[in-house]
Amino acid sequence: MPWDSSIYFRFIDVYDYNVAYSEESCGSLIWLFRPLGIDQSIWGTDNIEALKTVLRNAPISSRNQMVKDAALNVVMQVLLSMKSSQIEEAVNALDRDHLDILMKYIYRGFETPSEGSSGQLLAWHEKVHAVAGVGCIVRVLTDKKRV
Amino acid sequence: MPESLSFGIDPITAHAWNKDRTKLAISPNSPEVHIYHFQRGEWKLEEVLKEHDLKVTGIDWAPNTNRIVTCSADRNAYVWTQSEEKKWKPTLVLLRINRAATCVRWSPLENKFAVGSGARLISVCYFEKENDWWVSKHIKKPIRSTVTCLDWHPNDVLLAAGSTDFKVRVFSAYIKEIEERPVSTSWGSKMPLGLMMAEFSNSTNGAGGWVHSVNFSSSGDRIAWVGHDSSISVADASKGMAVCVIRTDFLPFLACLWVSENRLIAAGHGCCPMLFEVNETGKVHFAGKLDASLKKETSGVSAMKKFQSLDRQARTETNDTSLGTLHQNAITSVCLHTGNKANATKFSTAGVDGLLAIWDFNNLESAMRGLKFN
Repeated sequence: MPWDSSIYFRFIDVYDYNVAYSEESCGSLIWLFRPLGIDQSIWGTDNIEALKTVLRNAPISSRNQMVKDAALNVVMQVLLSMKSSQIEEAVNALDRDHLDILMKYIYRGFETPSEGSSGQLLAWHEKVHAVAGVGCIVRVLTDKKRV
Repeated sequence: MPESLSFGIDPITAHAWNKDRTKLAISPNSPEVHIYHFQRGEWKLEEVLKEHDLKVTGIDWAPNTNRIVTCSADRNAYVWTQSEEKKWKPTLVLLRINRAATCVRWSPLENKFAVGSGARLISVCYFEKENDWWVSKHIKKPIRSTVTCLDWHPNDVLLAAGSTDFKVRVFSAYIKEIEERPVSTSWGSKMPLGLMMAEFSNSTNGAGGWVHSVNFSSSGDRIAWVGHDSSISVADASKGMAVCVIRTDFLPFLACLWVSENRLIAAGHGCCPMLFEVNETGKVHFAGKLDASLKKETSGVSAMKKFQSLDRQARTETNDTSLGTLHQNAITSVCLHTGNKANATKFSTAGVDGLLAIWDFNNLESAMRGLKFN
């Protein structure tokens, strides 16, 4: 059973959680099932594709805090599992909109540090800032919709 | 090098020129307005206008009728006219607002002016001859928050307003008592007072920021605005209200100004005027920084250069905190100096550092290698 596996312990058990099946939350629920697809590629070689996928599906419009937290966990996994040498290549592969979303996750990641996470996130921050400038950071602050 | 005038240490909140650019009205972040006159090669303080109780938030100088209008946080606006003794005399304008006024603009024909306010409305004021006073009419719907910036369409009727509800709106400010029915434009044909002709959002998916400045191009077909999310946008009424937004890498802009039908200047917290170009398809792109200061902006200064600059400036400490741009703090306003919106050769910027700089495109051309100016 995949739900027994150690990596999935931090995700919500959807059978316990009663969700109103509105159009919006259905799209957001994908986040609960997607890890099955993304985590495989973490252990694969295509980390950059994994990053693109998580950013493309970021639940920005969702009002469901649990979905957002679940998404944050997955993004953190991807960001922290990549080697420092790969960061620059990954950042260059993203477009401006995705860089804005990535910067939002970097700051969100700073809010809840874990062992060694801040150092790695600072490396990400430096590389994203080099490409997207201060405008990217300004948009983290001015955007009403948080990740 | 741009010509720069220092007006002390107080930030310049607003500035306006008279018709031949020999006089300048500025407000140094206080309830006063200072009028400077260029005489014998230098700028001399000619008069201080003291009528407002709170900070002056906007100044505009009508070039042909030579009247100054000022608006303030004290919910008032005054129209100043020069008497025979060359003294400026104020006339109170009843704006009928219960919050601070934020910005003011004379219309192109100078028969009326518009004031934006925190009362979520725009006061369009005109002079009523029968009662010998200035009367205001309100544009309220559907503005939901403070109006931060205004600009008039060249037809003297349409008015663009940016607001802190993340929207830019084009309204009709047609006052039937003082003018003829306007002919139709690319923004619409029926223009009763207060009708919203178009609304643009400075936010996508709830992102976005306050609109800091809005500007009509010289033809009136295009409108540009800058927002606090470091974005600059251009909408074109002649192309079906098509909007192009670019989210820049810079700090947010606070002011923007068209200098030709295809080029616009934006300046703000980055302390440096930036040039943007709009191509035939309506796409905006960054064309260059107009502040070609010699000092390097990047933090990658070598150790050798650091000690050289220490030695040259006779300093003993290594912290050189001055910026690599002319302005040492945010630029708050940009005004046309020479030319018009279709073809400007000089523009002025004023900032929080108390500096007013006049930028000349002819001088900048040689400094900006690789950029061609028509």
